[in-house]
Amino acid sequence: MSGYTAHFKVWRGDGQGGGLEDFKVEVNDGEVVLDIIHRLQATQVPDLAVRWNCKAGKCGSCSAEINGRPRLMCMTRMSVYDRDETITVTPLRAFPVVRDLVTDVGFNYRKAREVPSFVPPAGVGPGEYRMFQEDVDRPQEFRKCIECFLCQDTCHVVRDHEENKTAFAGPRFLMRVAELDMHPLDAAAETGLDRKKTAQDEHGLGYCNITKCCTEVCPEGIKITDNALIPLKERAVDRKYDPLVWLGSKIRRRSS
Amino acid sequence: MNNGGVRSRTRAAIDAPHLRTDRWWLAPAATAAGLLAFVVYSTWRAFANADYYAAPYVSPFYSPCLAENCETMRGGPNWEIFGSWWGISPAILILIFPLGFRLTCYYYRKAYYRGFWASPPACAVAEPHKKYTGETRFPLVLQNIHRYFFYAAILVAGILSYDTVLSFRDEHYAWGHMGLGTLVFLANIVLIWAYTISCHSCRHIVGGKLKHFSRHPVRYRMWQFVGKLNARHMLLAWASLVSVALADFYVYLVASGVFDDPRFF
Amino acid sequence: MSVVDRQEWDVVVVGAGGAGLRAAIEARERGARTAVICKSLFGKAHTVMAEGGIAAAMANANEHDNWQVHFRDTLRGGKFLNQWRMAELHAQEAPDRVWELETWGALFDRTKDGRISQRNFGGHEYPRLAHVGDRTGLELIRTLQQQIVSLQQEDFRETGDYESRLKVFQECTVTRILKDGSRVSGVFAYERETGRFFVLEAPSVVIATGGIGKSFKVTSNSWEYTGDGHALALLAGAPLLNMEFVQFHPTGMVWPPSVKGILVTESVRGDGGVLRNSDGKRFMFDYVPDVFKEKYAQSEDEADRWYDDPDHNRRPPELLPRDEVARAINAEVKAGRGSPHGGVFLDVSTRMPAEVIRRRLPSMYHQFKELADVDITAEAMEVGPTCHYVMGGIAVDSESAAARGVPGLFAAGEVAGGMHGSNRLGGNSLSDLLVFGRRAGRHAAAYAQTLGTRPPVDDVQIDSAAAEALRPFSAEGEEPSAGPPENPYTLHQELQQTMNDLVGIIRREAEMAEALERLADLRVRARRAGVEGHRQFNPGWHLALDLRNMLLVSECVARAALERTESRGGHTREDHPSMDREWRRINLLCRLTDPTGGLAATDPVRGQITLARETTEPIRRDLLALFDKEELVKYLAEEELYE
Repeated sequence: MSGYTAHFKVWRGDGQGGGLEDFKVEVNDGEVVLDIIHRLQATQVPDLAVRWNCKAGKCGSCSAEINGRPRLMCMTRMSVYDRDETITVTPLRAFPVVRDLVTDVGFNYRKAREVPSFVPPAGVGPGEYRMFQEDVDRPQEFRKCIECFLCQDTCHVVRDHEENKTAFAGPRFLMRVAELDMHPLDAAAETGLDRKKTAQDEHGLGYCNITKCCTEVCPEGIKITDNALIPLKERAVDRKYDPLVWLGSKIRRRSS
Repeated sequence: MNNGGVRSRTRAAIDAPHLRTDRWWLAPAATAAGLLAFVVYSTWRAFANADYYAAPYVSPFYSPCLAENCETMRGGPNWEIFGSWWGISPAILILIFPLGFRLTCYYYRKAYYRGFWASPPACAVAEPHKKYTGETRFPLVLQNIHRYFFYAAILVAGILSYDTVLSFRDEHYAWGHMGLGTLVFLANIVLIWAYTISCHSCRHIVGGKLKHFSRHPVRYRMWQFVGKLNARHMLLAWASLVSVALADFYVYLVASGVFDDPRFF
Repeated sequence: MSVVDRQEWDVVVVGAGGAGLRAAIEARERGARTAVICKSLFGKAHTVMAEGGIAAAMANANEHDNWQVHFRDTLRGGKFLNQWRMAELHAQEAPDRVWELETWGALFDRTKDGRISQRNFGGHEYPRLAHVGDRTGLELIRTLQQQIVSLQQEDFRETGDYESRLKVFQECTVTRILKDGSRVSGVFAYERETGRFFVLEAPSVVIATGGIGKSFKVTSNSWEYTGDGHALALLAGAPLLNMEFVQFHPTGMVWPPSVKGILVTESVRGDGGVLRNSDGKRFMFDYVPDVFKEKYAQSEDEADRWYDDPDHNRRPPELLPRDEVARAINAEVKAGRGSPHGGVFLDVSTRMPAEVIRRRLPSMYHQFKELADVDITAEAMEVGPTCHYVMGGIAVDSESAAARGVPGLFAAGEVAGGMHGSNRLGGNSLSDLLVFGRRAGRHAAAYAQTLGTRPPVDDVQIDSAAAEALRPFSAEGEEPSAGPPENPYTLHQELQQTMNDLVGIIRREAEMAEALERLADLRVRARRAGVEGHRQFNPGWHLALDLRNMLLVSECVARAALERTESRGGHTREDHPSMDREWRRINLLCRLTDPTGGLAATDPVRGQITLARETTEPIRRDLLALFDKEELVKYLAEEELYE
């Protein structure tokens, strides 16, 4: 195996416009797409804007779309492409573009603020928390999230419908709601916050039609749809669409 | 170009609705074709109102048989609840339950939203619809009643299990016999149960709804078991769809006299 | 000069890793209006890459553990060069800092009885590391991030504005600390996205920018680690302490080239991985230093028994402190017994069943599978040392984290020096961030609140900071005789090669002298670093500005390393191979030669940095009493023992 010259198309531009530009660039053994972007920076276009940090798939900064698929550039090996294939790299297409491969991901930070935080249980001091592994397993899976926002990018609810951005939190933050609802010591319910209900009423869970693209693109392999979104939908059903549960809770409330 | 979605004004200016170079259309096309084939076949069979019973086998499409116009099946699940006024195929009475179960199933929803409604056709491929409200309003908000169809599906699976037990008879209703059909029924019922139990609603009901597994060790074990099956929900959905059609087709072949059920003993 | 946007805050925290976020939370909770500035997006800081865990003597796994034992381990690891009061505070407060995280929603792995599980790690006597699989750093950063969001939600309920009391300026870079006389008056920064300059006026500034690894070619550090905070402090007049101590983690990936340096966690060895050379020999048995002879296994049989029965067997030599293992690997490669790509073999495939490897080391399995196409359950990994951490840093007061000589300046985390002495133990970094992040935030808030009037910001400083930042755009034409503009990427690569080759893991006098000459040359060329394009998100420009910091910090490392004529912890001199007890009491302080903070390309021989020696404060008697006399004799000079 030795080096070769690859054909790249990289989107360059900003909010005013732009387009795909062609590059011929050297590729060496074992490299990933981010290496090639860096080589372009160092040798051809020093001002090519790109986000990256750890280059090890742990920080979730270098999200982009490669041949139309949302991916982390640092985890996409060049060897998965044919040598004569043209590789197209564009910024995430669900968010406003800032420059070149950099997009404004502020949507995600706004949505993060809309999810009420963990509510510590009353009367349990630091050091007194007791939780069992089988109870933390579920939320721990969701906490593997590196916030690369690929799921937010690929989700057609907002990708294809800008207007849904106000009502829909996106898979990452619905998963956050699920995480908190499954946290063994979260005391939101005691303070009158019903996360199951607000998932539907305030974070737009109903917009999700479980087409699983979020799970497909997740670089951490989190089963977002099966383990977070669908269980959350079922929990919302408990609250909103299950007459038996509804009746039961009425009776219990009366008797207590 | 400013027609919403990925071509909105603020997004990176790219005209193409997607830049995927792989055969992304293959999966939704195959799904749509598969589902369509089943719909065509099952519609024909459900309305045929014929060739659904060949002792000791009853087609899963016609079980339980709940109208007076049902064929007589000795010991079989036919009760004349609907009496004589029901004129068309009795399959219709019962098929709405498995149909509803599968229609509202979290896997099939994905499959037909992608395959038939192109919402989205594939990941990161722009969908053709101008507006999208998902499952927030009527009629799609009704998807939330999936768990009631699950309860019904349990009953249906129970009856099909009964049918499978009955298939250990011969054509003269003597017990202790087996034919090729018995194997077909056995395979089908195993897959039906596996698909039913692996349902997301089931996973929620047996344990998923709990906040503390540590306080409910038995339900935790059940949740883990269902979770393992649930991971194969898609596979089971297809396998059971094919097996139920095959079971019906087998009965059709035998009942219409095309084929004799090979008896083992 | 250009009109620059100005805002008033009480405390500005530079850096949004573990230390910065912890400081910001504390300052805000103590009533200070707090701004956080970070180069990346909020939540992407280098802390996310920490794998092993947070060291804290909670005694969940072994009831004999307490802060005294932790303190002792820390001092041993740092070869007694640690700022002992910091090590003491760290050991005492770490458990509270971990427990506090749980009240903010952190979910650590659990023990059977529901408490926080703790794992073994190199240099820690008891299992002590609170962890979440091999992604503890991610849990830490996410928890702090979410606590900040929680505080912002609180502020929103009260004021209708999420950012009224606590704001994160993400993707912004600070290039200068502004001063009013000797005290801090604010920071000058630019927004990466737009290239716009702005000033945050604040009486207190907490520096929490992390490390310097990007000055080295092979490093486990991310692009942000350009020594910004070190340089900012130097330029503001604060000294740096013991910059020669740079930790090389023994096991980084060596192939393919594009991932060279990425960390292979110590847990691989902790769980049974062994190091072999190209002859297939477990060479670590040949590298056990005399001081550790009694504590490590002498034979493969004994070492193998340790994993199952640690009470009756000694540990395998693969689990020696990081500096020892790194040197051993280096020596094997040098002797021609390395692996094809210039490392050694780290093998778990013949030690554990594939399924166990996948369960215990999931992220390592994926890292090698996806980045190197190596299946670690079937073949050995190739590993070699990688620049990982700098023990040296801003000289701070142990209690308050205040930088010396600059009122209003504080530092916490990797950027602060002293805590880890000459070598850091695994797991002590995350606890350091929390303990001293909190202290820095608390004292920064207190300082801001006791100050009667806000220190005024000097317009001249703003103008010169702006001019300095814009320089790369006018590199061409300014001094036509000096030469053509330089490519900042090329300069960076040359700097990394220089530091890697000449001031790397094994150091020699002549090489370091050569490094200083090359650094001087690079410094001159860096003044001509030119960039294309405009100010909007221009990485070339950002790198050109970061070069100043990397060059300053690199010179500190090289000068201090040249000065210290002994080998200790993260500083190994081939020409002075042993530890010298006399050096234990010596701290080396780096200061800017030109106290006005000017950066004229000064005389290359003298450079920009002046070194000073300082004798450390004696270790408190009751803390010394925690050690056996025989052990102290190895480290302390005669007169210290009888004091």
